[in-house]
Amino acid sequence: MLMFTLRRFLQLIPVFFGATLLVYFLVFATPGDPIAALSGGKPMAPAVEEALRAQYNLDQPFWIQYGLYLKNLVTLNLGQTFSGQEVAAVIGRAYPVTARLAIMALAFEAIFGVLFGVIAGLRKGKLFDGTVLVGSLIVIAVPTFVLGFVLQLVVGVQLGWARPTVSGTAPWDELVLPALVLGLVSLAYVIRLTRASISENMSADYVRTATAKGLSRRRVVMVHILRNSLIPVVTFLGADLGALMGGAIVTEGIFNVPGVGNLLYQAILKGESATVVAVVGILVIVFVVANLVVDLLYALLDPRIRYV
Amino acid sequence: MSNYETGMIGNNPAKQSDDTPLLVLKDLAITFETSTGPVEAVRKADLTIMPGETVAIVGESGSGKSTTALAAIGLLPSNGRVSAGQVIFDGEDITHASEKRIVELRGSSIGMVPQDPMSNLNPVWKIGFQVKETLKANGLAGSNHKERVTEVLTEAGLPDAAARAKQYPHEFSGGMRQRALIAIGLACRPRLLIADEPTSALDVTVQRQILDHLDSMTTELGTAVLLITHDLGLAAERAEKLVVMYKGRVVESGPALEILRNPRHPYTQRLVNSAPSLASRRLQSQKAKDALAAAAENLGAPAETARHAPSSLAKPVLPKDSGKGDTFLEIKNLTKVFKLRGALGKSSDFKAVDNVSLSVKRGTTMAIVGESGSGKSTVAQMALSLLAPTEGSILFDGVEVNTLKGKDLFNFRRRVQPIFQDPYGSLDPMFNIYRTIEEPLKIHKIGNAKSREKKVRELLDQVSMPSSSMSRYPNELSGGQRQRIAIARALALNPDVIICDEAVSALDVLVQAQVLNLLNELQEELGLTYLFITHDLAVVRQIADHVTVMQTGKVVEASSTDEVFNNPKQRYTQDLLNAIPGATLLV
Repeated sequence: MLMFTLRRFLQLIPVFFGATLLVYFLVFATPGDPIAALSGGKPMAPAVEEALRAQYNLDQPFWIQYGLYLKNLVTLNLGQTFSGQEVAAVIGRAYPVTARLAIMALAFEAIFGVLFGVIAGLRKGKLFDGTVLVGSLIVIAVPTFVLGFVLQLVVGVQLGWARPTVSGTAPWDELVLPALVLGLVSLAYVIRLTRASISENMSADYVRTATAKGLSRRRVVMVHILRNSLIPVVTFLGADLGALMGGAIVTEGIFNVPGVGNLLYQAILKGESATVVAVVGILVIVFVVANLVVDLLYALLDPRIRYV
Repeated sequence: MSNYETGMIGNNPAKQSDDTPLLVLKDLAITFETSTGPVEAVRKADLTIMPGETVAIVGESGSGKSTTALAAIGLLPSNGRVSAGQVIFDGEDITHASEKRIVELRGSSIGMVPQDPMSNLNPVWKIGFQVKETLKANGLAGSNHKERVTEVLTEAGLPDAAARAKQYPHEFSGGMRQRALIAIGLACRPRLLIADEPTSALDVTVQRQILDHLDSMTTELGTAVLLITHDLGLAAERAEKLVVMYKGRVVESGPALEILRNPRHPYTQRLVNSAPSLASRRLQSQKAKDALAAAAENLGAPAETARHAPSSLAKPVLPKDSGKGDTFLEIKNLTKVFKLRGALGKSSDFKAVDNVSLSVKRGTTMAIVGESGSGKSTVAQMALSLLAPTEGSILFDGVEVNTLKGKDLFNFRRRVQPIFQDPYGSLDPMFNIYRTIEEPLKIHKIGNAKSREKKVRELLDQVSMPSSSMSRYPNELSGGQRQRIAIARALALNPDVIICDEAVSALDVLVQAQVLNLLNELQEELGLTYLFITHDLAVVRQIADHVTVMQTGKVVEASSTDEVFNNPKQRYTQDLLNAIPGATLLV
């Protein structure tokens, strides 16, 4: 198990370099001149322009730019944004917001997803099951930006139950509505996965044997069906946490959440390679670590899984 | 073995004086709701079990035998229900008893040992936990439940039970899992135990041990047993009374030996005639039978002796024996080593096949027998050149198979064809029957579309399938029909050798008998050579001329079939022979 974990961490190294190189190149190759965009398309004094280019190494060829970036990275210097802020500080402000949003969205989809999924699975073919199935299908089918705007309008503006947009510090309570929107699509998947898993396990031989042993139905469900059924669900939730931590460009955009998604979006628009690469690099690490946690969790839930 | 004998005698007279039957099924009908409407799976099933008695329900898959038994403790699948009749347990009508009452009865009054030990233990809980919760649910755990769990497991014949209880099901072998399930089934001392094919998923020798153990335990505890099995020999050996089911109906019931000796219903008669465990000699093709009868007359000897005489004796009088006798497939010092990956990149060697030699004569059948893990299938795969041997050689018609490449290998593949165990898995579900059988012809560029169609029709005829089945798909056919298609496909290229890897193991008894007969007729007709891999000595008896017995990769005994059956030299072979259920019955 230890070897496995260690090996997975070692795998992070090539993944990190590969991802940053690729992203750096993509930003480099993006059409448009970041310096020109900086000045809003207005002409700029050649001396100023040159100084700016030199400051951000934009006058160097691609490999040198990337090399300089890596060199800075070793000294934990993530570079500066065009507005002169330290990229590390900008990310440091945005990340807690995204983390709060992700945790709330995950809690929402885990609690309600499993709950609805279990009930639907146990009552397959009944009214509750049908309602949940149709509901989840609608949620999956409707794009997030539609759901987001509709909820923003209805809950935020018309009913006035929540702030339609999030303020600068993004406290927990203001993030409830965006988290709901963010978790809604995954919620639908969790419901369906749980339901399928439960109904599959209900007809498993060992469940019949458990019943034949004289266990009460309640115990059969709680002890023999639930744990086995939750294994794939936990895997899904873990992978989803990785995705949620990456920020949600659409949801953060709709509710004006100052999170990583928004930051990344703005940086891409400006061609701020230092910010883009730093954010993506962190996302890659978060994603790989989240997957590792899922794998370890999987072994914990299913004793048949052993890593060597 | 003495266990069950004493069991049979000991149980009967003592308990039957008790005149309240333990379980009565009266005119039971079970209906399943399906998408195409209700289907009556069981009709008018009657059955009576006295306390302490063992009753067996015998029938093929789909006959409703398991369904009938499961209905007795309300374990029907959710779309099934008892639509008529009664279930009476110990004088109490429990047909439509409340959920609460049924839960009370389960485990404590009626226990169950299910069929497949691989899928009947929950993989995520320790064995000890799964035994403990049985005791707890029936209020028998007491304060020192840990000790009780160990006790129960030890009783079921699990060695080192205290340590074993802390393990998970996947750390157990099939036999050990079944012992754990027996422990669970009998943990609360039920008065009735439903044993649903308790050993059909296990190796024959393990099967015997488990059944013996189950027998002695239930005898000791005075537990009545409802045994469900497809194996008539096993049923007759283990139970006092038999109930024969066919297509959801009870067609015959009565004392076991009486049914075996004097079956009245046509289905039972067929079942008795084709039960492989009761067959005593090799199948003969019609032609050979005629020839033998003639030969026997000529020699003035009974046909029986002529048949069992070495082939050299029978040779002059058997018409098609001309090519018989020369070695066709020879395996010399064959060894296969698999590398097992261990921790920290270390690997250990595992000798799956260890210095195996055997030779098969043209037109005869060689059987390789052994339990799972004995390496017999690995030999088959190497003989098919699907797996490269580590050492040793395989000579096919005098040519080394190992070194064949390109065109030669292609030609070799045409001459050696396989039939595999699972007719569900070995046919492509997306290919219809015509395409399945035509494919090898196409690959080997034999004939044109028209001649190929003719050939496919011929082949279907040879395996007794209507040519109308050409446009059907595998999922529309039964297991036996699929295996016929697999045989037709193997025959398509007019091979010299057919390697059958457990080719009949997955089939019901009657179907098995049909397929074996078919293989035998084809051998006679086409002069085929068979290498027959099986774990079932009863099948060997019917099809093979020579037998090679394998144990843990090595050949332990090799001789003619009669020699092996009449005069087994090795202890292991004797165990295998003794393990054939019903072999010791005098019918």
